[in-house]
Amino acid sequence: MSRDGGPVMQGMIAPTWPRRILGVISAAELSGCSDGLFDPQGPIAIAEKTILYDSLAIMAAIILPTVGATLSFVWWFRSANKRAHYLPDWQYSGRIELIAWSIPAMTILLLASVGWIGAHELDPFKPLAGSGKPLRIQVVSLDWKWLFILPDQGIADVNRVIVPVATPLSLELTSSGVMNAFLVPRLGSQIAVMPHMVTRLHLLADRPGTYAGLSTQFSGEGFATMSFTVEALPPDRFEHDVAAIRGQGRPLDPDTYADLAAPSQAVAPYAYGAVSPGLFETILRSELRRER
Amino acid sequence: MLGKLSWSVIPVDQPMVMIASGLMILAILAMMIGITVKGLWRYLWREWLTSVDHKRIGVMYCALAMVMLLRGVTDAIMMRAQQALAAGSAQGYLPPEHFDQLFSAHGTIMIFFVAMPFVVGLMNFVLPLQLGIRDVAFPTLNSVSFWLTASGALLVNLSLVIGNFARTGWLAYPPLAELRFSPDVGVDYYLWALQISGIGTLLGGINLMTTILKMRAPGMGYMRMPMFCWTALASNLLIVAAFPVLTATFAMLLLDRYLGFHFFTVDGGGNMMMYVNLIWVWGHPEVYILILPVFGVFSEVAATFSGKPLFGYRSMVGATMAICILSFIVWLHHFFTMGAGGDVNGFFGIMTMIIAVPTGVKVFNWMFTFYGGRLRLSVPILWTAGFMVTFVLGGATGVMLAIPPIDFIVHDTVFLVAHFHNVIIAGVIFGVFAGYTYWFPKAFGFTLDEGWGRAAFWCWLIGFYLAFMPLYWLGLAGMPRRLQHYQTVAWQPWLELAALGALIVVAGIACLLIQLMVSIRTRASRLDTTGDPWNGRTLEWASPSPPPAWNFSELPVVDGEDAFWRMKQMAREGHAGPAQAVAYRSIEMPKNSPTGIVTAFFAVLTGFALIWHIWWMAGLGLLGALVTMLAFAWRDMTESEIPGDVIAQYYQTHPSEPKG
Repeated sequence: MSRDGGPVMQGMIAPTWPRRILGVISAAELSGCSDGLFDPQGPIAIAEKTILYDSLAIMAAIILPTVGATLSFVWWFRSANKRAHYLPDWQYSGRIELIAWSIPAMTILLLASVGWIGAHELDPFKPLAGSGKPLRIQVVSLDWKWLFILPDQGIADVNRVIVPVATPLSLELTSSGVMNAFLVPRLGSQIAVMPHMVTRLHLLADRPGTYAGLSTQFSGEGFATMSFTVEALPPDRFEHDVAAIRGQGRPLDPDTYADLAAPSQAVAPYAYGAVSPGLFETILRSELRRER
Repeated sequence: MLGKLSWSVIPVDQPMVMIASGLMILAILAMMIGITVKGLWRYLWREWLTSVDHKRIGVMYCALAMVMLLRGVTDAIMMRAQQALAAGSAQGYLPPEHFDQLFSAHGTIMIFFVAMPFVVGLMNFVLPLQLGIRDVAFPTLNSVSFWLTASGALLVNLSLVIGNFARTGWLAYPPLAELRFSPDVGVDYYLWALQISGIGTLLGGINLMTTILKMRAPGMGYMRMPMFCWTALASNLLIVAAFPVLTATFAMLLLDRYLGFHFFTVDGGGNMMMYVNLIWVWGHPEVYILILPVFGVFSEVAATFSGKPLFGYRSMVGATMAICILSFIVWLHHFFTMGAGGDVNGFFGIMTMIIAVPTGVKVFNWMFTFYGGRLRLSVPILWTAGFMVTFVLGGATGVMLAIPPIDFIVHDTVFLVAHFHNVIIAGVIFGVFAGYTYWFPKAFGFTLDEGWGRAAFWCWLIGFYLAFMPLYWLGLAGMPRRLQHYQTVAWQPWLELAALGALIVVAGIACLLIQLMVSIRTRASRLDTTGDPWNGRTLEWASPSPPPAWNFSELPVVDGEDAFWRMKQMAREGHAGPAQAVAYRSIEMPKNSPTGIVTAFFAVLTGFALIWHIWWMAGLGLLGALVTMLAFAWRDMTESEIPGDVIAQYYQTHPSEPKG
């Protein structure tokens, strides 16, 4: 999907005219390369894209000449080429050995520092520096859908989560059973989602928009249907939507959670207007399952 | 009486599976009828099935790999077709139930029953010849190793007809692989097949390691060993160190599944992260178990076809052993996304990148082996050049994946799938095909057809690029692996392209099969009467093609690197001693033994019984295996003598070995 910064954003259903036109004329759209890392929408994804391009450039500088030299050596020294020198006993050159070890070593030295710094700067557990109070989100992977609890707002969503733009998102994740991995490609980093354990992830959406998310860790029969959306809304719009959801529909409590936890596939998004306090911690300790 | 077994486990409601199994059974029946009609059973039994000759066993390993390649590639084509079709609301032709078995079986088969047996087969065939000796350290154990590998392959194929295979991916991560989430026999097929073949691999590793360390020809010090022997040594050291970890890990998962243990379960204090760590403590060295020997193949091919010694031999030995050791301290890069934190991820990322240094050195040294050479651009050199150009790309994406923040965004997407196919196809597979073409005349006494070999190479190369470059792209666009269908229709054209690439790879396999048939039919015109068709440098070319059972009438005396090249040089310069009129001494060779195939029969019986919970049959199978072992241990005659005059007679019609 293409960018849409307009204030007339209407969620995922109503495309605006610029978006529609872009959708038709953009070759990138047709070829699918406006997804994922090709169109990052948050600081994490942008940083990761930069590191990816940097490392690609560093390695291209060594790989392209290597490929070129290999092909030209093979071609020039073919037996049919009478102009090529034949050195039947040549098997050692200290100078070349020195270069053969030092070129890769220096390249790796450079990339290793990129990796070390990146591993710390972009650690998914590391809270995002930035203004504003982070939005807490508790995520549970179920067979085969995602549950999002906004504990401070007291609402929960299935296969969809609404978040305010330009606000740090602080996610705690666990699984009801098998392992999954949580990824919103245009926002950046993924993290494993495992039973009895909490992993953490910090993301941020720069612009309003609807961002597709999915599981990358195979989790069984309904794996392919485990997609969800992150809807980044302007702050006032976010407050408005939270207020609209709150108090509506069923509450998420141990009973309704038990219904939700039964395996199902391709679940259309829906919301819970209230959440029992401490439900996430209860799921984490798996007490609910034992009761069933 | 029959445990979980009943008629309902045969998937009669799935026509596709039934047709596939039917074809498989028909092919086996046709083969058996053919053998019976031609009266070849006795020959097969005496010369092949019970053979303890390392050359025969090596050939059987490679044949097993070729057959299983057909199965693995069929799975691949079906998956590519499904993903080319199942976009948007379309669901394709394979339900998840079937698709999930396909990718699990594809990975399992390609690694354990194609790449492994092919590499082990080449090592088995070549090592004793290159080392200038008559057989491996434990010939009968060698036969047992092969047959246990074949048993595992048989069990995996059996799951197609009786019951089903795992639907968990090729590494069967718990909790998904635990009884609660995978209650049927699929995971049990996976576990028992790999336990049985894994024991075979471990025994084979011990055997070849011992052979290299203890049994080299007189004068062949470590620094005079051919490069392939060095890489094989590194690979077998890794097998001996890593495979017990796999066996122990699977044993724990089996205890969870069979006896209610809680190593990796969700409840009872189990921890799945331990499994993930352990499986990759085996899994990463496994990658190098496969790739190191083919690095050796490329080294031999590059030197031989350039007509000059390998450049930087000592450097290459150092690089090989560095990779061997480093491969044990990188396993965590397979799960950076589990959230181990910056220090741990950073450390393992850097260790991983460091492996690129010795690998890069190898590429440079092959390049300078070409430099100043007189290159014959025939099929083995095509595979080698194709490998070098393509493998560096796979190495680069590997280094990218080793940078944690990049891994965070592309882990378990099809970018990863593209990366490991890049290194396995353009590395291992190209390497075994180079080795297959290179050593085929040694094994059978005639060379392979050049034209069909070239066609196969170009199909594989082009097919590989078409099939996997789109996956790199799609991975960056955020497409996860193992999707039975997907909503983003924009991905579809790329997946159609990938399917086309897979079809071209299939054409490459067809070319290889045609090449084999054409070569057999025209073998009279391509006989290798010298034993040295490529002007080789190492000792395997000193023996006639195919070599006699005893390989060498006298063990060659080695006084430097490239021993055979030096012998030829001495002969040219007229320094060779009197080559003819030697008195041939009689040679003791190990006797053939049915121990291997009988053990395998009982192993299959035991595995099958355990999969289906038929406890009495499992006991019977184990007892049978034990009795077989005891019978072998109590044998009287282990060796038979080949008299000197038989050997003398042989060398009247075959080229005799040059003396060092």
